[in-house]
Amino acid sequence: MGRVDLAALALHFALLSLMAIGGVSSILPDMQRYVVEANHWLSDRQFADAYALGQAAPGPNMMFVTLLGWQLAGWAGAIVATLAIILPPIVLTLGVTRLHANNPDAPLGRAIRAGLGPIAIGLTLASGWILAQSADHNWRTVLLTLATVALMLRTKFNPVWLIVAGAIAGIAGIL
Amino acid sequence: MQQPQPIDESTNDKVGDTAMAPIAPNIGPLALFLAFSQLALSGFGGVLPWAHRTLVERKGWLTEREFVDTLALGQLLPGPNIGNMAVMIGYRFAGYTGAAAAFAGLVGGPFLLMIAAGLLYTRYGALPLVQQALSGMSAVAAGLVLATGLKMTATLKRHWRPWLFIALSLAGVGALRWPLLAVVGGLAPFAIAAAWGTED
Repeated sequence: MGRVDLAALALHFALLSLMAIGGVSSILPDMQRYVVEANHWLSDRQFADAYALGQAAPGPNMMFVTLLGWQLAGWAGAIVATLAIILPPIVLTLGVTRLHANNPDAPLGRAIRAGLGPIAIGLTLASGWILAQSADHNWRTVLLTLATVALMLRTKFNPVWLIVAGAIAGIAGIL
Repeated sequence: MQQPQPIDESTNDKVGDTAMAPIAPNIGPLALFLAFSQLALSGFGGVLPWAHRTLVERKGWLTEREFVDTLALGQLLPGPNIGNMAVMIGYRFAGYTGAAAAFAGLVGGPFLLMIAAGLLYTRYGALPLVQQALSGMSAVAAGLVLATGLKMTATLKRHWRPWLFIALSLAGVGALRWPLLAVVGGLAPFAIAAAWGTED
């Protein structure tokens, strides 16, 4: 594992944060590519663990970034990673909030929303694909992932219970 | 959204504002901070349902319509929807201080929780039992993200074009592992141009 360059990390995450259409899951693939594959700061497994723990805790999904930063460089890493992800969209949101007050139904806004929607979906699916690649080592974990998808699409379970069930299945040794 | 507009020519004191700010009985930064802390820490498995419950049903700070409008705009913007909503709602009730207070409430508690999780992970993450639990949790987490993506496709129109852009972004970022900036930068102009003028 190489030494973590916090300035480079901040810049990269800040750039990514402005492309996080529909939330942090659309930029997950690039975070993984940057942190794991390009810089080797974390292992595949550590990244997937951080994401899973982030999902299990209450709060916005994006907060797994805090844990990612913590793993990279302790307190400094946690603060830098979190701020880099949350600040740029806040500034943009405040700006747009003021503009939006004047013309709420501008055609450009609608075209952007309609055009970016499918890209956000493709990126979210790519995130799931990448997480599955690092989480699913055998046919039983693949089955668990597929069962989760089916349950989420067909029922209204709170996802936290599914995560708890996954933890129990893991502890029971059936994975 | 309400912004400071002292130069309002309407003779009646509140007519111009009633649509957006019907009831704002002194919602200050502290109230915003507490409300958003509370809904963030209740939000196991997603904060949005709790935001709706707290802001619309329990406190009555927003009407249903205002909530949906704020959410739609939040979705259009980059960043987490709930974070954008916190900024917009906070700003509306108490200006920049309100926006900062609402957002600080939203992320403050979860930030500390994540640090605690990090400490525990550093300490116990290598234990076999913890590794086993995390294996199961990660497999489920992957399924949750996939399901979210699949659910989002329900909002699409019946047309081949959105599916083309889904496939291209999935292939570029997921399979080929190209940088996001290149993929989104390359696709977005075409996607927006294609959506321009099509009625929805």
